[in-house]
Amino acid sequence: MDRITESKVIGVATPRIDGPLKVSGSAMYASDHHFPGLLYAWPVCATISNGTITRLDTGAAEKMPGVVAVYHRENIGKLYRVPPSTGFTMIIDEKRPPFEDDSIRYYGQYVAVVVAQTVEQARAAAESVTVTYNKERPNTGAKLLGTSLTTDKPEEKSKRGDTAVALSAAKVKVDEVYTIPVETHNPIELHASVAVYDGQRYTLYETSQAVVNHRDVMAQMLGVPPEQVRVITRYLGSGFGGKLWPWPHGLLAAACARNLRRPVKLVVSRQMMFQSVGHRPAIDQRIQLAADADGKLTAVQQDYINHTSMLDDYDEGCGEVTPFMYSTSNLLVTGGLTRRNVGNPTAMRGPGAVPGLFALESAMDELAIALKMDPVQLRLKNEPALDESLNIPFSSRHMKECLTVGTEKFGWSPRTPQVGSMKRDGLTLGWGVAACSWLAARIETEATVELLQDGSARVACGTQDIGGGTYTVMAQVVSHETGIPVNRIDVVLGDSSLPPGPISGGSWVTASMTPAVLAAAQNAGKALVLAAIKSNGSPFLGKKQEDIELVDGTVRLKGQGTAGVPMTEILRIANVNSVSGTGKSDGTLGASKPKFSFHSYGAQFAEVTWQPEIARLRVSRVVTVIDAGRILNPRPARNQIEGAVVMGVGMAMFEETMYDPRSGAPINNNLADYVVAVNADTPEIDVTFLDYPDYELNALGARGVGEIGLAGIAAAITNAVYHATGIRVRDLPVRIEDLLIPASQSTVVS
Amino acid sequence: MELFELVTARTIPDAVKAQAKSSAAQNGADVRFIAGGTNLIDYMKLNVERPKKLVDINGLPLDRIEKTADGGLKIGALAKNAVVAQDATVKEQYAVLSQALLSGASPQLRNMATTGGNLLQKTRCVYYRDTATGCNKREPGSGCSAIGGYNRMLAILGTSEHCIATNPSDQNVALMALDAMVHIEGVKGQRSVPIEEFYLVPGSTPQLETVLESGDLIAYLTLPKMPAGAKSVYLKLRDRASYEFALASAAIVMKQNGGRIDFVRVAMGGVGTKPWRSVEAEKMLLGKPATASNFVAAAEAALHGAKPQSQNGFKVELAKRCLVHALGQASQGA
Ligand SMILES: Cc1cc2nc3c(=O)[nH]c(=O)nc-3n(C[C@H](O)[C@H](O)[C@H](O)COP(=O)(O)OP(=O)(O)OC[C@H]3O[C@@H](n4cnc5c(N)ncnc54)[C@H](O)[C@@H]3O)c2cc1C
Ligand code: SF4
Repeated sequence: MDRITESKVIGVATPRIDGPLKVSGSAMYASDHHFPGLLYAWPVCATISNGTITRLDTGAAEKMPGVVAVYHRENIGKLYRVPPSTGFTMIIDEKRPPFEDDSIRYYGQYVAVVVAQTVEQARAAAESVTVTYNKERPNTGAKLLGTSLTTDKPEEKSKRGDTAVALSAAKVKVDEVYTIPVETHNPIELHASVAVYDGQRYTLYETSQAVVNHRDVMAQMLGVPPEQVRVITRYLGSGFGGKLWPWPHGLLAAACARNLRRPVKLVVSRQMMFQSVGHRPAIDQRIQLAADADGKLTAVQQDYINHTSMLDDYDEGCGEVTPFMYSTSNLLVTGGLTRRNVGNPTAMRGPGAVPGLFALESAMDELAIALKMDPVQLRLKNEPALDESLNIPFSSRHMKECLTVGTEKFGWSPRTPQVGSMKRDGLTLGWGVAACSWLAARIETEATVELLQDGSARVACGTQDIGGGTYTVMAQVVSHETGIPVNRIDVVLGDSSLPPGPISGGSWVTASMTPAVLAAAQNAGKALVLAAIKSNGSPFLGKKQEDIELVDGTVRLKGQGTAGVPMTEILRIANVNSVSGTGKSDGTLGASKPKFSFHSYGAQFAEVTWQPEIARLRVSRVVTVIDAGRILNPRPARNQIEGAVVMGVGMAMFEETMYDPRSGAPINNNLADYVVAVNADTPEIDVTFLDYPDYELNALGARGVGEIGLAGIAAAITNAVYHATGIRVRDLPVRIEDLLIPASQSTVVS
Repeated sequence: MELFELVTARTIPDAVKAQAKSSAAQNGADVRFIAGGTNLIDYMKLNVERPKKLVDINGLPLDRIEKTADGGLKIGALAKNAVVAQDATVKEQYAVLSQALLSGASPQLRNMATTGGNLLQKTRCVYYRDTATGCNKREPGSGCSAIGGYNRMLAILGTSEHCIATNPSDQNVALMALDAMVHIEGVKGQRSVPIEEFYLVPGSTPQLETVLESGDLIAYLTLPKMPAGAKSVYLKLRDRASYEFALASAAIVMKQNGGRIDFVRVAMGGVGTKPWRSVEAEKMLLGKPATASNFVAAAEAALHGAKPQSQNGFKVELAKRCLVHALGQASQGA
């Protein structure tokens, strides 16, 4: 790979170019779109979670003020399924189109939809649709291990050596079960669809983290060619993975627009956000570790089970990082699924790795305690030299440095291991550490760059900015290549009619778009050079292409130190408005014979304060050291990590979707009862980027920072909780009730 | 939300007259006063409250905070929570009330919320707000879904087999400890009810939460003069650091004389079906020295009759720790 080492814009802290639009309210989010004649749709949600509809009475609703139509299974019109696919296309988690049959499989499943003149009218009428059910007992049971699976036995995900033998021979062992409850994404921007249909073409304003996939899925399910569907997501009020794939409400909006030939807006309510747009599934994980007396791991085994919905298989993939995290000759990861009457689970920030690392890094802490060893030392001791699961080198791994730098930044060395032994200002302190990792990848991307006569540039790519800073980073990449200042670069994203770009998932947008955008900018430069040597009146007329270079937005003869001719001047002489270039890059994801193991790494250090007299535990400090390749823009990058830390506090301490055992309803379905971290819960956060470029991934050495910040946080916190209280919480979240046990009754061995 | 009519009350008798026509005095009322609206509107959106008529009382002259002739304080029903919390006399004499108010909701909400509205705020029981489930408070006779369901936040004191919902307010716990008097304008004229007697336990009629009848408008509260040298404190325990209702809270007023407690009020929030005053705890403390062991004994007495549900057993221990700590703070003149 080429290596770009020097740059005037890459790595420079650059304010978001979309910031002013957002703070002034002029950024158009999906539900902000409005059209003449627009109607509002409100779904009718099932109030059971298992059974069948026996009667659906829309009579009263149809007569209510403003109501235009009420649709249900019999009159919605044809909606198709997507064909099964193995590749990275046509993805939708809930594959059953809405209203396909009369079976109810989860609480809140849509059974009808009302369209009316105003949203209030639509909602009131939806509440007046009466549905009669044949109700059966739902199963939303939280306990997963030991319940029936979708397969005969758990699937083997990764294996080397023989863990059974190593475990039985081990000097020191840990064997524990760690559980994670259902977590609901809860971005502040509600899912929304505004569907416009002109009799042939659909324009869909969506809350989507993947407009191109969204278009392909919608076209299939609506039964039209993809050219007849355009999906637009200019700005996203965050998604955390919940907006990666289409959900049934989008189909409902499009079908209503189709039936009525009028634009239709459907905004999912906060309550529905807990029902029908995905969640991180409940997960049980059994971890077994074995080590010899000086802490060398001899076996690592992880057996996980996650729940999935009644119809679809969602595998959380908790073994994402386990196989290469530590050096061990014996390793086994298995996974299984078990069905529940819940909406379909979906990817949530750091899927697989985040829950997997909660379990693995908790177990590592328990192992360190059993070994009477410092938990940082235990991790350093087991650092692998290569990816032992694939027997290939890491592209760039600085795990050890993350740990050692973190130790210094945090001030780890005075730590005394005894439970409750550290105090400050009358508070008991707990210090915990966890290592973390998240995948790095490129996926196929196309982009175009246009250089304009007015001195500006335009870059277009069918990817999205989900709030992470993609607009700005893309402008920086173009600026680097063309010399045009960032504020003269128009970045166009979030539209399926643009060259296909990466989905905003996996933290891979930056790594994927970088090579395509660089190539597009280079090709645009070549087009400019062509204009310079071919246009009458150009000082370079008749020169050879290879003798000309582009420097800082000017054209000049190679090897001559003289000032060049500005790009704008060349385009003016040529009398063309713009020249453009296209760039394409290939993907690394799913490569059959990868040469390198691509991942990001980090170390998380957490401090908690503990007041047993009032059972008050707070996360006071987090130090996080991240090895995520070269950081292209430290401002949004830091912001991603800080946000992830706050989310990690929520995951560790508060977040849990509760299902009523009788109705199967997610019962704490609002932001008062589903507790997330608020500002007052935000610890002091110290973020360090090691900033080692990963040139095996792209010329800038960029990986991505969207998810790595959340990985490991929950374990760092529960490890700190143990250090402060002597209470080992293996079932998230850590609740006051867990901490009320007198320390003497918990299983402290110190 | 259903269609409703909005009328503005110009005088107190107007307001009383308008609401007196309501079909019910409390849950199920079809005429409602609206003050800050921060509680009522939420429940209207959820179809839990379905008033046909709202009587806007914000124009009535009931927002003043004034000292009374006997050294106490009069707080108008329309005085905003934010204003009461920052009032100089409240902060100085009735710190427990200021602290309780500031521990609740958010600055934006406190700017809207009123004293009277807070007195009558509804439970946060998740089934009460969900019209798809049974709830005796919302719909008498439909059963209590919280028993055997999600009841972590709910009460352990004053419950019945018909309802276990908590009164979620912070303000009202402080008012219990301050011996507040509620002054009501009703169809039959004015009357005053000690806050002790204002709230009802659910029994077999959880839809009735207070002694209010149709037409009753809360006009103002009075707080008696604090005993000289008394200290007061509010302590609230919850999952996150802010913007959440109490799992357990304590409001304490305490005065010591010659090494002994000679005046004490103990009230608890987050654990009772009404703001919970513990006369039992007060009895344990009166005349005794302010020691940790006496505080523990008082806390034991306060929680003596506690009946935990499937998920909230921890509240017994939590409430005890809360009381002991708050008593300690009050005894040290916090
Ligand atoms: C997100 C959120 C978080 C909150 N957190 C907390 C918290 O932590 N702690 C806490 O204590 N509270 C909390 N609250 C509740 C808040 O304190 C109440 O919503 C508020 O006090 C209600 O006052 P209001 O004036 O807006 O009442 P309204 O909504 O106007 O009225 C409430 C009820 O009182 C009746 N009413 C109002 N005034 C009178 C009167 N003068 N006479 C007779 N009847 C009257 C109304 O008819 C209505 O039935 C929270 C609320 C929200 C929305
Ligand atoms: S506790 Fe009370 S408010 Fe809650 S469901 Fe039962 S009856 Fe209704």
